[in-house]
Amino acid sequence: MRDRAWPLPAYYFALLALLYLPLVILLVFAFNSGTILVFPLKGLTLRWFGQLFATEALMRSLRNSLLVAAGSSLVATVLATCGAIAFVRFRFKGKGLFITVALLPLYVPFVVLGVALLLLFSTLGIPRSLLTIGAAHSVVALPYAMLIVTARLVGFDPHLEEAAMSLGANYWHTLRRVILPLIAPAIVAAWLTAFTVSFDEFAIANLLVGREPTLPVYLYSQLRMTARLPLVVAMAAVVMVGTLSIFLALIWLRRVVVRTPASAAGATSALTARA
Amino acid sequence: MQLQAVSKRFGEHTAVETITLAIAPGEFFSLLGPSGCGKTTTLRIVAGFEMPSAGNVFLHGVEITARPAHLREIGMVFQHYALFPHLSVFENVAFPLRLRRTQAAEIQQRVSQALEMVRLPGLAARMPTQLSGGQQQRVALARALVFHPGVVLLDEPLGALDLKLRKAMQLELKTLQREIGLTFVYVTHDQEEALTMSDRIAVMERGRVLQVGDPRSIYERPASRFVADFIGVSNFLSGRVREAGVEAAIELDGGGMVRAERPADVTVGQTVTVAVRPERMRLEGTPADTTVGPDRAWNALPGVIRELVYTGSDTQYFVELGGSGAVMVRVPNDAPLEGRRPPRRGDQVRVRWEVGSTAILIA
Repeated sequence: MRDRAWPLPAYYFALLALLYLPLVILLVFAFNSGTILVFPLKGLTLRWFGQLFATEALMRSLRNSLLVAAGSSLVATVLATCGAIAFVRFRFKGKGLFITVALLPLYVPFVVLGVALLLLFSTLGIPRSLLTIGAAHSVVALPYAMLIVTARLVGFDPHLEEAAMSLGANYWHTLRRVILPLIAPAIVAAWLTAFTVSFDEFAIANLLVGREPTLPVYLYSQLRMTARLPLVVAMAAVVMVGTLSIFLALIWLRRVVVRTPASAAGATSALTARA
Repeated sequence: MQLQAVSKRFGEHTAVETITLAIAPGEFFSLLGPSGCGKTTTLRIVAGFEMPSAGNVFLHGVEITARPAHLREIGMVFQHYALFPHLSVFENVAFPLRLRRTQAAEIQQRVSQALEMVRLPGLAARMPTQLSGGQQQRVALARALVFHPGVVLLDEPLGALDLKLRKAMQLELKTLQREIGLTFVYVTHDQEEALTMSDRIAVMERGRVLQVGDPRSIYERPASRFVADFIGVSNFLSGRVREAGVEAAIELDGGGMVRAERPADVTVGQTVTVAVRPERMRLEGTPADTTVGPDRAWNALPGVIRELVYTGSDTQYFVELGGSGAVMVRVPNDAPLEGRRPPRRGDQVRVRWEVGSTAILIA
């Protein structure tokens, strides 16, 4: 009986290898002393990593990306938290419409959204800049953040808020002392997810970029220059490791977020949707 | 506390219909009824979590119908405790005091006092998840009492506990309530629990209050068939009123006459239901037959024992009364046999009970 099962694990690992091999090769070439991406490696060096910091334009674009990611994730998380609390705890008309609109960016291809926003901004006379990219990223990240926080809220005893109120807490106090402390892990997870979504987002950033590029946009623009290639590779390796560590932090947080099966399922599906 | 003509509708569905209740200070008042009867909705209206569709709520003579929940100074205990999982036991109980900006020293003293009152002195540092169900319930109670509310609402607080613990907690709650002198409004679907603990009970069904009274009058003088059936066990026989004087005489469907003390509104010819509690009935001639006095003081009907069930403290005899239906006679197993053999299945017997134990129900 065991024999019939063995192709499955083999198939699984083959698939994993296929998916991750390019990334591994990338990492390897980051240490290559030659400028051409070809095997065998010319030599091993850390030169490119050093040069990274010397390249001003590269560093600027990294700074831009961090700024945009920080700003848009903050906006998205705050909005998502408010929206999640409103959706789960309050009764109001048009709830179905509300949640549909909030989750809409999940179903709209980024490129389509980028083009639409481009048209909107040019019609309104708003010049393209990091701000426009940030605004777009807030929209894009919002559904992810909202799903994560909603999942946590749903697994939350609704009587806790009533208990707090019966003890004399108005809604503000209840929020501050009961609800927010308990959904804090989910809010952090939502924030990190939004950050990651923004940081390596390319399609929209490319369309809405002004004078200051974000990192992915900059890297793309450098690909034509073969001399710059090792730098790009090194940067990509750094970004990959950085994003990976954020993702690992998210997984660690998930263990704290998971108090009930409901929130586990919700958070997991939100995370895998992102990946 | 008073509820005047309070109603609550959720769309098409009327959960609570024109309820008027007056609860005295220091009273242990229970709302009793099956699921969906509106008792929890009523409690939530009193707590301030729901606005009534009609009617008014008064507390200490002041109208609080529109007052938000957090300003009502009412303590509440929930079925699943609703303890704050991110706070320790101490912080849970201190929560209402911190909201009221009480001084730290006073908080310390009052929390310890509250925990002592519910008999949990050493557990202040624990987290709620480290406590058993019974302990969590006591913490919830301490938290609801610590800020000295005038009224405490309890929504089936013992529902999640196992039977033995529930019984122990029932007595504890009752004792505590009497010691402190607080007004308790208690919601339950367990009629035995309500009878055990309450000073007065309001029996509810489908949004309405059917009867309000102390446990004894609810049990012995149920106002309707539903109340008689819901509270304890009752035998029901239907028949028609033949005489309506000081006593009423009812002819049962299968023949046989039964007398009962006549309630005010019974007329000759009316179809009624006769209700008798099983423990009031006896089998004639057996050692346990305690019906005394002249023939006119008791009712007797012939029948055949179809089944008997031994339950340790008593024996239940299921007797078929000819065409009038079947009754269950509950006889305590305390009477010595004195050489006579106990009743067996198939025996012809006469079931007797005192006229005063017969209730006439119209509905």
